[in-house]
Amino acid sequence: MDLEFLINTLSLGSLYALLALGLVLVYGILKLVNFAYGEYIMIAGYGLYFSATVLHMPWWATMIFGVAAAVLTSYLTELAAFRPVRNKSANALIVTSFAVSIFLQNAVLILVSPRARAVQLPPIFSQTVNIAGATTPVRNLLIIGTTITVLILLSLLMKKTVLGMAMRAAADKFTTTRLMGVPANLVISAAFIISGLLAGIASIFWIGRSASVDPVTGAAPLLIAFIATVMGGMHSPTGAVVGGFVYGLLFNVLSITLPASMISYRDAFMFVIVVLFLLFRPEGIIKGGYTEERVG
Amino acid sequence: MTMPMLTVENLMASYGVVRALHGVSLEVNEGELVALLGVNGAGKSTTLKSITGILRPVKGSITFLGTEITNRKPEWIVKQGLSLVPEGREIFGSLTVEENLRLGAFASYQRDRYKADLKEIFELFPILEERFSQPGGLLSGGEQQMLAIARAMMAHPKLLMLDEPSLGLSPAMTDGIFVLIKRLREMGSTILLVEQNAERALEIVDRAYLLANGEVDFAGTAEDLKRKVDIASVYFGGDDAAPCEVPL
Ligand SMILES: Nc1ncnc2c1ncn2[C@@H]1O[C@H](COP(=O)(O)OP(=O)(O)O)[C@@H](O)[C@H]1O
Ligand SMILES: [Mg+2]
Repeated sequence: MDLEFLINTLSLGSLYALLALGLVLVYGILKLVNFAYGEYIMIAGYGLYFSATVLHMPWWATMIFGVAAAVLTSYLTELAAFRPVRNKSANALIVTSFAVSIFLQNAVLILVSPRARAVQLPPIFSQTVNIAGATTPVRNLLIIGTTITVLILLSLLMKKTVLGMAMRAAADKFTTTRLMGVPANLVISAAFIISGLLAGIASIFWIGRSASVDPVTGAAPLLIAFIATVMGGMHSPTGAVVGGFVYGLLFNVLSITLPASMISYRDAFMFVIVVLFLLFRPEGIIKGGYTEERVG
Repeated sequence: MTMPMLTVENLMASYGVVRALHGVSLEVNEGELVALLGVNGAGKSTTLKSITGILRPVKGSITFLGTEITNRKPEWIVKQGLSLVPEGREIFGSLTVEENLRLGAFASYQRDRYKADLKEIFELFPILEERFSQPGGLLSGGEQQMLAIARAMMAHPKLLMLDEPSLGLSPAMTDGIFVLIKRLREMGSTILLVEQNAERALEIVDRAYLLANGEVDFAGTAEDLKRKVDIASVYFGGDDAAPCEVPL
């Protein structure tokens, strides 16, 4: 029971940390809560569906295809939608992100179907294993391993490469970073590409739980990412990761402690916690170094 | 006469509807140390922001080394050899001193000379070697100013612009910064120095422009301006001890 709880919490937290991280990377640089982020997850889901069911690709290729679809969508939305309004007001950016979100949802609704599509996943996703008496789905272990790998690679990128340094600098002082010769477009595109990559990877595991995708699949993970970043802190990637794990922990604790009749109100409890955070610690658990300077 | 290194002609700039510059013209020749003086709000920073491309001028032209740079992006302009040490230092606080310097070199990075550049910087600013792996945000004000100057120098600028480098520093640190600027000039750098502290600046510069309300009020050699400043301090009953914060 205890080990099972631990693995459950770590795997849920891992997934939520990936979700939150992708949202915060773009926020750090553009100061934009990108409401189209959920759609990158949804598009990755359709990428999985399309490559497996229509193109009959092997499972590993479907995963690359799905993730690539999210990366490409994220990058293209940056180019086509966010870049033209970047120097306008913060509100213009937010409205644009809503527009992109609605556009993408309707695009798949029209082009594919309003109804859910079944996504084929490799058998390993539905297998379980027994560790020291605890039975757990293999995908729970996969997500933990994947997240650890992603976090290590991402922190190497941010700490050891010049691009990573430039991205951290841009999140702190955007204009000054440009004065160093760092192209604004480079760091912003990089943020969107990495954000899309995280959305794509998270999508595999998100979709892996229900094995289906529909046009509004992105709404729930976006909400989770948002809540996790509010709790953990919008101002640093560390905050996002912490927020993701805290969310996973709280959610699982609620699942155990709430009486059966109230389990369906779990989400309402999460909202209450978020409101408490906004009231009493709006900067989140991790106070970050980012300033509020906007791109302009 | 050869062409000036930097020519600013009839520059007008605004913040929204507020016009901050009403036709500023100035020149900097190669090897010169030129000051841009004026009280708070005169438009000194706005002039530098326009030159570096951070602010798009409404009108006017800026030419650097024969190339028109008006309305170009800041990241492009710095690659032409024009670096700014911004007002308030603008250190990347969460990045280490090392990372700040590495980004400073971004505009003209060359692998084979990077190490040698760092060594030169450490000779000028030994404290930066000591603080090399500390976050920039933990440095004192004076150390941050040195880091800001060092970061700009890592780009090998042909023209270095400094916006109030002595602002908020202790008198001792201020002395140090002025000694440094003088030394950089002796090493052959071309420098455009923005200062409120006119008296201190006029001790070291070749020429100066006096900005008031977004216009060039006076331009001339340091000697010319000193005479004018002296008259002003006599006028206002000041003596040598009182810094001429309000020239004229
Ligand atoms: N970001 C800004 N928004 C609006 N007005 C500004 C801004 N920055 C400067 N100004 C105004 O422009 C004028 C010139 O300012 P500035 O160039 O910063 O002066 P200085 O550097 O000489 O102290 C001032 O009247 C100032 O109030
Ligand atoms: Mg100023």
